[in-house]
Amino acid sequence: MSSWLDYTINGLIVGNVYALVAVGLALIFGVSRLINFAQGSIYLVGAYIGWVAVVQLHTPLPLTIIVVAVAAALVGLIIERFGLRPLQNSVRIAPLLATIGISFVLDQLVMLTFSPNPRALPSQLPDVRFQVGGGTIGPLDLLIAGVGLTSALLLFVFLRYSKLGWAVRAASQDRDAAMQMGVDVNRVNQAVFGIAAALGGVSGMLVGMYYNQIDTAMSLQATLKGVVAEVVGGAGNVPGAVIGSLLLGLVESYGVAVFGTSYRNLFAFLLLVVVLVLRPNGLFASARQAPPEPLTGTFIAPSRPVRIPRWALLAAAAIFAVLPFFPVSFYVLQTLINAWLLGMLALSLTLVAGTIGQVSLGHAALLAIGAYTSALLSMTLSVPVGLSIIGGGLMCAALGTALISPSFRLRGHYVSIATLAIGEIVSLVILNWESVTRGPIGISGIPPLSLFGYDLISPTSIYWFSFAVMVVLALLQGRLLTSHLGRSFRAIRDDDIAARAYGLSLNRYKSLAFIFGGFAAGVSGGIAAHLYSYINHETFNTQQSILALTVVILGGLGNVVGAILGSVALVGLPEVFRIAAEYRILIYGIVLLLLVRFRPQGLLGTM
Amino acid sequence: MAEQHTTMLSLRGLTRRFGGLTAVDAIDLDLARGELISIIGPNGAGKTTLFNLVTGLDRPDAGVVHFEGQDITGLSPERLAAEGIARTFQLGRVFGNLSVMDNVLIGAHTRLRAVKPAVPVIGPLLELGLALLRPTSVRAEEERLREEVKAILARFGERLLPRIDQPAYSLSYANRRRVEIARALALKPRLLLLDEPTAGMNPTETAEMQSLVAELKAEGLTILLIEHKLEMVMRLSDRVIVMDEGKKIAEGPGEAVRSDPKVIEAYLGHGLSGTSEQESAA
Ligand SMILES: Nc1ncnc2c1ncn2[C@@H]1O[C@H](COP(=O)(O)OP(=O)(O)OP(=O)(O)O)[C@@H](O)[C@H]1O
Ligand SMILES: [Mg+2]
Repeated sequence: MSSWLDYTINGLIVGNVYALVAVGLALIFGVSRLINFAQGSIYLVGAYIGWVAVVQLHTPLPLTIIVVAVAAALVGLIIERFGLRPLQNSVRIAPLLATIGISFVLDQLVMLTFSPNPRALPSQLPDVRFQVGGGTIGPLDLLIAGVGLTSALLLFVFLRYSKLGWAVRAASQDRDAAMQMGVDVNRVNQAVFGIAAALGGVSGMLVGMYYNQIDTAMSLQATLKGVVAEVVGGAGNVPGAVIGSLLLGLVESYGVAVFGTSYRNLFAFLLLVVVLVLRPNGLFASARQAPPEPLTGTFIAPSRPVRIPRWALLAAAAIFAVLPFFPVSFYVLQTLINAWLLGMLALSLTLVAGTIGQVSLGHAALLAIGAYTSALLSMTLSVPVGLSIIGGGLMCAALGTALISPSFRLRGHYVSIATLAIGEIVSLVILNWESVTRGPIGISGIPPLSLFGYDLISPTSIYWFSFAVMVVLALLQGRLLTSHLGRSFRAIRDDDIAARAYGLSLNRYKSLAFIFGGFAAGVSGGIAAHLYSYINHETFNTQQSILALTVVILGGLGNVVGAILGSVALVGLPEVFRIAAEYRILIYGIVLLLLVRFRPQGLLGTM
Repeated sequence: MAEQHTTMLSLRGLTRRFGGLTAVDAIDLDLARGELISIIGPNGAGKTTLFNLVTGLDRPDAGVVHFEGQDITGLSPERLAAEGIARTFQLGRVFGNLSVMDNVLIGAHTRLRAVKPAVPVIGPLLELGLALLRPTSVRAEEERLREEVKAILARFGERLLPRIDQPAYSLSYANRRRVEIARALALKPRLLLLDEPTAGMNPTETAEMQSLVAELKAEGLTILLIEHKLEMVMRLSDRVIVMDEGKKIAEGPGEAVRSDPKVIEAYLGHGLSGTSEQESAA
């Protein structure tokens, strides 16, 4: 076992890398009150540009760093100009969704260009280690420390002594006042996105060299780590982000020293949740500051939902119900079963993200909770499958709500970050809690669906079963929306301050929304487990969360019929056009971006 | 003491600092039941911050708030709403995507009983179940509240009733302010705080609002009013309190306060934000 000094050095070096990402996030948050979910994707792009430079162009190290910084900065400028600037005057949810969409598009483009297989990224530095006290330090460690310090110094000089730097500081202190004083906000945004992207790109390259490996999973991890560091330091606080990063690096490194490598991320996310709960404005902010987000403007696009006459809905339901009597292929039924399962997840998400305004990015974790619960209930306790699925729904409602409850006092982007982290925590717990979940091996031999003792094995019966469950959930949700809870949820979404002033407890109603939504998601996961007969910690992943989000935006936030229509469209259309699987996520990302830009109210309108 | 009996709201040494700035500085205030006190003062005097402290949206750094004899300092806004304190917001905070009807129904939220049984722990789950099942008692309650909302909206003449199903974002600015007041009335408040209810209204609309507030006062409602239009303040108020830079600089009957040299100086020093409006309203 290496010495504590080694772990400390490792923690500080890793922290240095996180700092490069977190400082960019803090700069962007400072001027535009936006958590840039695409920051990790730029880091990924930086790593792969570094790979092209080193392995294919054989550039010397200083040139590699410059190439990566410039190319990444360009990507940042493009994101700012075409992804975010057009949304400046739109509803608050729009830029949040846009950076999520951009991140998925960039990741997929890298994956399609370079394949998902990991690659080696040699550091071009001599492989020697120097003795320092009881530990060792290598040239790459020194390089990372050097790049970190140099960037900090350059950034300090820029912010303190240049005119543009002054404008950035002015805009992050009080954007409106700065605009009145003639600060060009577009130029400030450009500067900030360019700098953030350059730092992020170089950081990705350095990490690739540090582990001598790059792969496309780096992106999400980097976004999460950077955001954790930034939030720990206090959103928008640049020096705070550096300290938060070093702290995160150390916490992780010591955590790994004591508990082992597979717990590294768990510590990062636990740190995030603890900070969000205890000090939502970061470690260095005074505890009672004004909320970090502007309070004005609506959260979702105002629109009048398209009213679909009852007979049309009944007719559509009847057609889908009798479909199996017609000579449709197995393949069509299979596709529609997938659409119904996704529909249940989308119903859950449209309630949580659309009706009460908590944009959850960890919804796949709810599927996992439902799936594992139902599988384990039916296998270890021999609970009949129909009941075990309901058990999965109930467990998901209870556990999901309990897990997400720390985020109830947060708003906007923070909710997304917290739910993303909680989703990761769930999959890490599944991976590490081997005595119950069987860890990385997963659970196989899950019994098939059955109802009242009859196994549902034919595609037709599975089709009817999942369709019926989805319709029941949709009817219940529709009824919920017309009750006093529906208007209470929507009031909290539109203005949580005014809602509280009229006696609506945020904890109570957010819990109820997650309980109801968690049940639907848990049931969907439970059914999936019995259909697949095998699940592991990767069966339900962030891609599903993003797919569900796209479905929900497509249908119209909060719109029950829209969620189902969106599911059929996003599951069905790629099949109709026979789009290869690897392009689908790219297309979902692009659809999300186009919707946010051109039809934020979705197909059927927000409710 | 006899005075204790009639005092509804009393503030002692209420203070709120933002960094180096003391937005509300050791304010004392006593509001008797049925009284209407206006708070005036130049922009940035701390009036809205004072409202935030009384309604629980912000917590004081020092001082206490008593309401109906109870210490309510630092209670949550939800609790205070349940105690019967309702407010409107200076910039207008209606729920944009909710209809006029739903906006005002939210005002009645603290009065829901049938659908919100006061049972500890499982209360929220019962509420979910009742919202889905909707037994007769729940439907009757909802129906009764909807009738009440219509009666409240009728106080605004034909301004809101014809638009009862329209989403609030589609209303004119003045109508959104009216919806806010309707929402506050739906709470059946014991204490009503109005933050510049006539901001951005033309003289006709201002006159309408003034007579509505006069009506509410005549009905016995206790009101704290922030208002820049001095004409309206003089007509409605039992007493006027003048704030400047967080401090109370004058207090008393309207006319006396108006001619107080300290008040004139405070307004002149800040470029008299009240006079032009006062003249246009007159
Ligand atoms: N959350 C906050 N953080 C920092 N400063 C604040 C905050 N809220 C108010 N202030 C400051 O406190 C002072 C008082 O503000 P307040 O809004 O209470 O004034 P006001 O009397 O309502 O003014 P107006 O007539 O313009 O509405 C102002 O200088 C304002 O900038
Ligand atoms: Mg004010």
